[in-house]
Amino acid sequence: MYTQALNTAETDDRGLEDAAKAAQFQARIDAEERIEPNDWTPAAYRKTLTRQISQHAHSEIVGMLPEGNWITRAPTLRRKAALLAKVQDECGHGLYLYAAAETLGTSREALVDAMLAGKAKYSSIFNYPTLTWADIGTIGWLVDGAAIMNQIPLCRCSYGPYARAMIRVCKEESFHQRQGYEIMLTLCRGSDEQKAMAQDALNRWWWPVLMMFGPPDATSQHSDTSTKWKIKRFSNDELRQKFVDATVPQAQYLGLTVPDPGMIQDADGHWRYSEIDWTEFKQVLAGNGPCNRDRLAARRKAHDEGAWVREAAAAYAAKRVQRQTAQAAE
Amino acid sequence: MATPNTPLWEVFVRSRNGLAHKHVGSLHASDATMALQAARDIYTRRGEGLSIWVVPSTAITASDPAEKGMMFEPAESKIYRHPTFYEVPDEVGHM
Repeated sequence: MYTQALNTAETDDRGLEDAAKAAQFQARIDAEERIEPNDWTPAAYRKTLTRQISQHAHSEIVGMLPEGNWITRAPTLRRKAALLAKVQDECGHGLYLYAAAETLGTSREALVDAMLAGKAKYSSIFNYPTLTWADIGTIGWLVDGAAIMNQIPLCRCSYGPYARAMIRVCKEESFHQRQGYEIMLTLCRGSDEQKAMAQDALNRWWWPVLMMFGPPDATSQHSDTSTKWKIKRFSNDELRQKFVDATVPQAQYLGLTVPDPGMIQDADGHWRYSEIDWTEFKQVLAGNGPCNRDRLAARRKAHDEGAWVREAAAAYAAKRVQRQTAQAAE
Repeated sequence: MATPNTPLWEVFVRSRNGLAHKHVGSLHASDATMALQAARDIYTRRGEGLSIWVVPSTAITASDPAEKGMMFEPAESKIYRHPTFYEVPDEVGHM
């Protein structure tokens, strides 16, 4: 999902740690206790969570770019106000998540610098372009819809600060998905051209959205420990299937066709999708998606152009402290 | 160049009159004025609060989780501090 790069192998550095402490830690997890920042944890637990939460935060921040692209061109004032609020929410989500990640011991600045240096990942989905207004509807409906599927179980994640951030995020995501679906509904009830635009957006986003859930369970190397530590409660394929089952009827209601001719509904009512093109997924993660370079360049530009604001704020705060100290000395 | 660190603040929001301020999260800001403005934008976009406190994170002294046994055990063992410890006959009614 927003943390796909976790699905890469990681060296096990738990060998040296106190086995008794580790057993105690696992017992707390098994008892559904929440782990808090100052509690003892295996180093790998912190490392995994720092990566997962910071990647999630980066995804929220980079995710503002494809949608921000349409704020000035939203078709009505109502749509513009809603999109502006949505993009502002994504920024807020990024900030809640950075705050949660920091409790694990890495500074905000170090996390952001890693992203800007291209060392930290963010979700593959934000490397696709938003070509038409229908893309904004599709992102709200599908991308935020997929995010909700992934984030609801994270509200019960074993790490307290992450779980609490997710509760806030989930409350707000529901507005995002509904505003997206409403855009799609309006287009699908509009002219033939508008409906064709909605179908075209669905065609382009469907497969990348399914890829958001990460590699198939058979090839995902990270899930075992994440499941044991109750960071992850459902597998990639389970969440993907849940999402497809929830989404197909919504597409049918819109009168749109899911771009998967091989899709069939099985006897249990599940919609079975065709093979996903994992080569494309790997290419996008490796930096070769349609917009990877553009997204990073935009983030770096914003960061660089904001440098004077950070410097001015720090200088002003330092001056005030200095003045207060001088007055106190008088 | 590595970005210099900006101070961390803890944010407390009072949701309605009569309720206490509750910790909602943290944020970074150079000074208290900017911390309050950022807290407004980050934590009260949907009418969540009527009052905000921001406190420098460094000003908070926390108990040590490793010593929670010693810290909280005395409360655990004193069940006579709870009303249900005392028996009152049903006939007496609610007390």
